[in-house]
Amino acid sequence: MSEVTYLRHNLVELALHRLRGADPAAGESRPLLLLHGLGERTPDVVPGVVDWPGPVHGLDFTGHGSSTLPVGGGYSAEILVGDVDAALAVLGPVTLMARGLGAYIALLAAAARPELVRGAVLADGPGLVGGGVHPGSPTLPYPPASPPGPPDPFALAELSRDPRPADYAQTFVRFVLEGSDLELPLWVAAVVRPEWLAAVAAEPGIGEGSIEDGLAHYLDVT
Amino acid sequence: MSVDEQQVSYPGARRPDRHREVISSGIALHVCEWGDADARPLLLAHGGFDFTGTFDVFAPMLADAGWRVVSWDQRGHGDSERAALYTWDSDVRDAAAVLDSIGPDPVPFIGHSKGGALVLHLANALPHRVSTMVNLDGLPSREAMSDVSDTERTRLLHQQLTSWLDHRRSLVGRRRRPGTIDELAERRGRMNPRMSLEWLRYLVTVGATCDEDGWRWKIDPTMRMGGFGPWRPEWSMLRLPGIGVPFLGVLGLEIEVMGWGTRPDDVVPNLPPGGRLEALSGVGHFVHIEQPRRVADLVLEHLDATAAGALR
Repeated sequence: MSEVTYLRHNLVELALHRLRGADPAAGESRPLLLLHGLGERTPDVVPGVVDWPGPVHGLDFTGHGSSTLPVGGGYSAEILVGDVDAALAVLGPVTLMARGLGAYIALLAAAARPELVRGAVLADGPGLVGGGVHPGSPTLPYPPASPPGPPDPFALAELSRDPRPADYAQTFVRFVLEGSDLELPLWVAAVVRPEWLAAVAAEPGIGEGSIEDGLAHYLDVT
Repeated sequence: MSVDEQQVSYPGARRPDRHREVISSGIALHVCEWGDADARPLLLAHGGFDFTGTFDVFAPMLADAGWRVVSWDQRGHGDSERAALYTWDSDVRDAAAVLDSIGPDPVPFIGHSKGGALVLHLANALPHRVSTMVNLDGLPSREAMSDVSDTERTRLLHQQLTSWLDHRRSLVGRRRRPGTIDELAERRGRMNPRMSLEWLRYLVTVGATCDEDGWRWKIDPTMRMGGFGPWRPEWSMLRLPGIGVPFLGVLGLEIEVMGWGTRPDDVVPNLPPGGRLEALSGVGHFVHIEQPRRVADLVLEHLDATAAGALR
């Protein structure tokens, strides 16, 4: 059973789950923070693909899992970076293991706080693609007629159509590369490569390979 | 009663004739109207960090010419409810909810600054709901930092990113700083350097509340200039050429802090067929506040010409 603590981000209570404590045999090792995809939540147990001796935590984004479901929508990827930052303020340096939308958020968070994000594995998952590199034809972004959530239907509507230009992503990769002392501060494990992620992978100094290899790489990083 | 608690008046300023509430996806929006309830309606949108009270001189001029002017405080602004989250999408939904409260028939859309860009989005999304358009200095066209080097820009962007996150960390329990009417007027004057102190003092009395320890602007303290995001100004401009109703754009040519620095040359190639641009020299971003009579006359002339079928 995971332990939950709640963090405040403005009006939102964010659920930070501790899925597993540190393996006593492993000595002191850095925590891993799981970031879920769009519409997902932190899993109940550590996923099988995650081989990590340190403590494993998971953050429920705003409107997801056990976090507050705010009234009236208004989601942006940028606001969810604030969610991750609230977790970093409590956990200190972590390695990120991020799926889908979470992978895009992990990129922005690593750019903002390179000293606290000690490697990020960017994996496939819901919400990886977003709305493409340009805004589409202007529409009224109403949520799908679905149960009130969680996940918040507004999050599903708004975070599947936000533009993610390749050069915007590139700017953040460059912040990461300039700010981090790691050899490969980002690791692209996703098979699906929307334009923003292809741009990330194309930069020099970015790791590529399986989730397992990415986590193994960051295990060796102090 | 201290001087600070007295109502400050301003020549020509008139509070709305009616107030009502529209609920947009759970958020209570303050909607106000000037003019006869039976008059022809139009939709009027304010800019970022503004509120409906900034139309207290301009809107009555349209109302007195036979229009029912319907405007609203954007979420987190003025007397509308604060939300946990703010984005362009939520502002567009709120605008559509106010439009729906007027009725299904097409009406004129008028917007200033961000409000102009907002109704431009709305006119593209709901072309069957707009009869004619006026954009008051709300046509973003260029990067604010187009004249700085790449290295410098990257450094500034990173600074923006971290200071924005630091701001997010500091929000719990935050309130706006209290002050006297003059102090709040002086603070706003930094964003509105061309406005008179008399006008700014008036705005305090309609855009701030008076608590025991002083006046506070009503705007949500989480709102802040200089966030970050993928949005580019030209994306907004690209919504202009496809407008299928008569269009009037008004630009203030004096560069100032809240404006976009858009020049006529940026706009003219994007005007829809038959569209008209009026560039006002010696006037800043707040064209309808600096020269309300002149701008109201331009708007009324455009609305009348549309109604007479003179514009196609």
